[in-house]
Amino acid sequence: MANKIATRDSFSKFLVEYGKENKNVVALNADLSGSTMTKAFEQTYPDRFFNAGIAEQNMMGLACGLAHSGKVVFASSFVMFATGRAFEIIRNSIAYTNANVKVCASHAGLMVGEDGATHQAIEDLALMCSIPGMVVVNPSDDVSARKLLKAVAEVNGPAYVRLGRAATPVIYKESQKITIGKAIKLREGKDATIIATGTMVSPALEAAETLAKSGINVRVLDMHTIKPIDKKAILAAAKETGAIVTAEEHTVYGGLGAITASILAENYPCKMKMVAIKDTFGESGKPDQLLKKYGLTANDIVKAVKALKK
Amino acid sequence: MDKKKLEQKALAVRQDIIREIHASQSGHPGGSLSVTDILTVLFFDEMKIDPKKPQMEKRDKFVLSKGHASPALYAVMAERGYFDKKELLTFRKINSRLQGHPSMHSLPCLDMSSGSLGQGISIACGMALANKLDKNPGRVYTVLGDGELQEGMVWEAAMSAGHYHLSNLCAFVDHNGLQIDGPNDKVMKVMPIDKKFASFGWNVIKCNGHDVADIKKALAEARKCKDKPSCIIAETHKGNGVSFMCDQAGWHGKAPNDEQAALAMKELGGKL
Repeated sequence: MANKIATRDSFSKFLVEYGKENKNVVALNADLSGSTMTKAFEQTYPDRFFNAGIAEQNMMGLACGLAHSGKVVFASSFVMFATGRAFEIIRNSIAYTNANVKVCASHAGLMVGEDGATHQAIEDLALMCSIPGMVVVNPSDDVSARKLLKAVAEVNGPAYVRLGRAATPVIYKESQKITIGKAIKLREGKDATIIATGTMVSPALEAAETLAKSGINVRVLDMHTIKPIDKKAILAAAKETGAIVTAEEHTVYGGLGAITASILAENYPCKMKMVAIKDTFGESGKPDQLLKKYGLTANDIVKAVKALKK
Repeated sequence: MDKKKLEQKALAVRQDIIREIHASQSGHPGGSLSVTDILTVLFFDEMKIDPKKPQMEKRDKFVLSKGHASPALYAVMAERGYFDKKELLTFRKINSRLQGHPSMHSLPCLDMSSGSLGQGISIACGMALANKLDKNPGRVYTVLGDGELQEGMVWEAAMSAGHYHLSNLCAFVDHNGLQIDGPNDKVMKVMPIDKKFASFGWNVIKCNGHDVADIKKALAEARKCKDKPSCIIAETHKGNGVSFMCDQAGWHGKAPNDEQAALAMKELGGKL
């Protein structure tokens, strides 16, 4: 059994380390520092931590003002409120002015669990990708989360990092090289490709194992960067394996599957299926129960690949 | 700068506002004319700025939270020497640096882009926080419209400015009493503005927003306050300086035609 760590904890660890090497780093929160894990930064560097209170819009405005005063700003809340409620401030004040703000939000997707639909953000990738110039990353594990956070921190400009509440398996070794915009090939196969992102990368690997037992060998890509997306890797997968299944803990509208489909449709039409949340809200439940009910398990991926190979 | 010179500058700015909006046949004359004297005092008297070094580290900064008054901001900045006045006639036209609402992307001498109401004051708070953190003596100024006070985000920002004791922040409210759909208090009551800001922990000052000496006095008083952000409620008239635009909500976002522009310029003692 692989070691499990929540990417919000990876964020906490990264932020304290990065705050040590870069004195311009400041962190903002909206009364959720114990949940989005900016608490450790606050305790280590109290002067560089600002709580906006339960006011996500103002948090993003403050972030913009701090960024244009030379700070590297990490603004954190739950995904729902950071990318949903404060969307227009991220668009008009942060992205339009190319402010150096990293929106690092946790509690993405259905895996929030018991809090239910109001807290389960399943449209954030679509929202953030729709903003010009926004870098959008969705790490799959602890190692990739810390490395991607470092990578976005070192690029001047706005970025969104999607983080999770629940502990998920560690996939990568510490030595893994990770570059923004470059998918990682986790497994080679010639029969089909599973392009997964975030929390769906582990189930994708599990699905690949299962498929191998029935003689279907699939390539697995970790598409950790949704924008700019690795178009080359998508087209190579289409040309070399002939069938693509995307997997994401996000709505089918405007996320990894939709973006992949648009690239394929324009450049190299290819059979594909999307494992994603249909046109529905979530609900309360245990993360595992929710993933099963909403069709986001390794088994759902297996079924999608088999349907394409019929 | 003395009163008379400031008044001359404000008059030149008003003329340029009419020229800009007439040339593009688009823009917001009412709120631009109401904020003119405030911006003139800020850019010619109050703020530590250098048009030759717009990015100077220890400068005072300005955020036009009511971004639709961009014609006034551009006119005052051109008058101050940030760019050639000829450029004013490109306002709102394709490929212009003078976007409908201020954009620092196209016009880098701006301290901030704005246009979506409620956000500027919040950003100004962020700048003031950064200056406190860096022990940078620069002050941060912003101007809000009175209708803008209906945006909830304004009060989130006001709360944070009070909470963090941002005494290096000074926010004007351009209180002309009118917004697109009519009088503020008919559309959505904003009064009492003074008590609202005071209760959020601000130092509240009132002034006549068309009297440059009174604006200067209010700013001096704001600078004296060392533990609270200051809010200067400036009593103004929408469309001030042009008789047929004065106190008319209908001139919020309407361009004058040739005849109206000529008449406005005549009243302002200039030519198109």
